[in-house]
Amino acid sequence: MKQLMSGNEAIARGAYEHGITFASAYPGTPSTEILEEFSRYDGVYAEWTPNEKVALEVGIGAALGGARALVVMKQVGVNVAADPLFTLSYTGTEGGLVIVSADDPSLHSSQNEQDSRNYAKAAKIPMLEPADSAEAKEFIKIAFRMSEEFDTPVFLRSTTRISHSKSIVTLEDREIHEENRGVRYNPSKYVMVPAMARQRRIVVEKKMERLSKFAETFPENRMEINDTKIGIITAGMPYNYTKDVFPGYSYLKLGMVHPLPHDLIREFASKVERLYVVEELDPFIEEQIKAMGIDVIGREVFPYTGEFDPGVVETAITGNEAAVVNLPDLSLPQRPPNLCPGCPHRGLFYVLGKLKVFVAGDIGCYTLAFMKPLEGMHSTICMGASVGMAHGMDKVIGGKEKVVGVIGDSTFIHSGITPLLNMAYNKSNSVIIICDNRTTAMTGMQENPATGFTLHGKETKALDFVKLAEALGMDNVRVVDPFDMKNTRSVIKEELSTEGPSLVISSAPCALLAVKQKLPGKTPLRVNPDKCTGCKACLGLGCPPISWKRFEDMDIKIEKKTKKQEGIAFIDSSLCNGCTLCQQLCSAGAIEEVVEDE
Amino acid sequence: MNESVRSVLLVGVGGQGTIMASDILSAVMINAGFDVKKSEVHGMAQRGGSVSSHVRFGPKVYSPLAGKGDVSILVSFEKLETLRYLEYLKPDGKVIINNEEIYPPSVNLGEALYPGDAIDFIKNHFKDVKVVDATAMALRSGDKRMANTVILGVLSSCLDIEVDIWEDVLKESFPSKILEGNINAFSLGRGV
Ligand SMILES: Cc1ncc(C[n+]2csc(CCOP(=O)(O)OP(=O)(O)O)c2C)c(N)n1
Repeated sequence: MKQLMSGNEAIARGAYEHGITFASAYPGTPSTEILEEFSRYDGVYAEWTPNEKVALEVGIGAALGGARALVVMKQVGVNVAADPLFTLSYTGTEGGLVIVSADDPSLHSSQNEQDSRNYAKAAKIPMLEPADSAEAKEFIKIAFRMSEEFDTPVFLRSTTRISHSKSIVTLEDREIHEENRGVRYNPSKYVMVPAMARQRRIVVEKKMERLSKFAETFPENRMEINDTKIGIITAGMPYNYTKDVFPGYSYLKLGMVHPLPHDLIREFASKVERLYVVEELDPFIEEQIKAMGIDVIGREVFPYTGEFDPGVVETAITGNEAAVVNLPDLSLPQRPPNLCPGCPHRGLFYVLGKLKVFVAGDIGCYTLAFMKPLEGMHSTICMGASVGMAHGMDKVIGGKEKVVGVIGDSTFIHSGITPLLNMAYNKSNSVIIICDNRTTAMTGMQENPATGFTLHGKETKALDFVKLAEALGMDNVRVVDPFDMKNTRSVIKEELSTEGPSLVISSAPCALLAVKQKLPGKTPLRVNPDKCTGCKACLGLGCPPISWKRFEDMDIKIEKKTKKQEGIAFIDSSLCNGCTLCQQLCSAGAIEEVVEDE
Repeated sequence: MNESVRSVLLVGVGGQGTIMASDILSAVMINAGFDVKKSEVHGMAQRGGSVSSHVRFGPKVYSPLAGKGDVSILVSFEKLETLRYLEYLKPDGKVIINNEEIYPPSVNLGEALYPGDAIDFIKNHFKDVKVVDATAMALRSGDKRMANTVILGVLSSCLDIEVDIWEDVLKESFPSKILEGNINAFSLGRGV
């Protein structure tokens, strides 16, 4: 059966068809749907782990127990998992282990544009890279076969365009491959103390040598010889961009990007007159080919940053721009994503913005609060950084003013617990706020250890932040409802003037979660035009349904309440969630509930 | 660019059903016997940001993304978003616009102006521009959320695909409760 599938769906399907029954991951765009899709197949076990390091270690354990294990993460997740990764290539993987890393050229939803291929090289792990969904489904199977044959972890690299594009895939039946599950005692292979790691170090080099030979005849490293004036060496999605504009050129399409097939590359280079490497992000293939002494054109014509498309490739190779209509620059208003109506983060960040404190931020929906008009966050580096950064700043400016760190529930569990322990241990004087919206909202509402449910929807232990904080040595722990801005403000102010480190838990469910769980909705609000004084206080929330209308742009006549009044606020009640934050700010009492029969 | 492949670019604001519409278009093109690729960026689309989805079809499609100047039909669910993606259109490309304004935050705050003459601007640069009051037409079919189906109806009249194929896909795409309304909305759009 043929079906249109995203790369992520295809990876999940491929793993299922190959009989994989064990997978672990931490969510992260563009990789998240792989585990979600996989977990829906019958007879599989999949889990969200607190972070990528745990996901990989869980996978290593499963593989050592004889299972084939799939581990999934976004590109920056590999940084978190890097510690086990670099030694895993020494021990090997027994049952079979494949790590999917999804890169994000153009930073559609990431904090950096790093290229996972460098990890393959640095950690001495082979890496496959599919160019569409059909290949994604096939390559995940090949990756598992290679893992078993060479006793090595194998990377499958995706990019946003592979993960989130759909193309046609032929579904196949599931094949069950036997697994020899059980305990294995093999300390010389798995206890990586220096004496034994030194031995395994040699095994790794031998393995990479064998893999290099394997790459020479690997059928997915394939030559397509057409017009030999121009030859293209490429891999992954850029192959499609290039094929789209230059179907007649000759190609060496690499299905394996590490290690590279040197002889095959030489052979291809000798067949063509001009050689290009087409690859996004780092000149990974290009530099290796140049080091082989082969003349190849790459970065001198292709952009260093961002994802390509057929037009980018065409312009780089021919120098011609596509024919487009010449349009004047319109400088259009941007349309960035925004916190949803009824988002619990809005009240908290409104309060923080007004308190004029430095807020070390973190990654999640709440990061959007750095924008106008909330402007309640002043740094974001990586998951968990807020806690350590707030403490570090406090240590150097200590006494002058307190610093705040803000972190989401999933992010706190991912990598905020250890730095919070550090704050208690090293006698910090800063305030950390966990914005606990009971879900991992940013990536599409995944469960996490504080939500009380597993990926398979089973009820489980829910982490208690208050108890945890006490156990870590935090003496000042407060819980606030961010929809009550007055109390939120006074609690944060109190903690800002309290001696020692404090933890405030800002606790209220995500607005989308409430809809998903079909919690009873609140009554939407409207602005009473006869009471609104046009003071614009409500606009300070940056809430999507609230807008501002000038008198001259209105059809109806409204009486001015003050001489200077220029217009009134307006709430689109069909979008309003009735959270009442704007009502709390309206000193004119102009915001009221919509009456049903209106 | 590869002449045998056609590109449709669908754009809108998160929550308008842009992605759903592109899924339906893709399914129609597969059933009509084409190779199809489609691409969008998910990210935080849910949060009211700008959304775009490329659908490309032909005997054999390589790239799921269209380049600038490669799109034959730009389908826009919101006026301002149309302007943002005009550079993707072929000089003789078609534009279908839902006559709807959704203000971005800076406009809500009174810091930026919503472009007032978007339609005139587009008509000055492109010959084939269809402006559709899809939301009003959807309301006639029972629900303003069916505006994207109205727009699909309009799009269907610009593509040479039998209407039965469209209706079959619509039947698979909507639960029975809202199917009739959507078929209705589609026909209204197709008649524009
Ligand atoms: C190492 C790493 N893994 C994953 C991600 C993707 N990611 C960014 S924020 C986030 C979770 C956000 O959840 P939470 O902290 O609960 O905040 P919310 O979005 O719910 O407000 C994830 C998974 C990332 N940026 N870095």
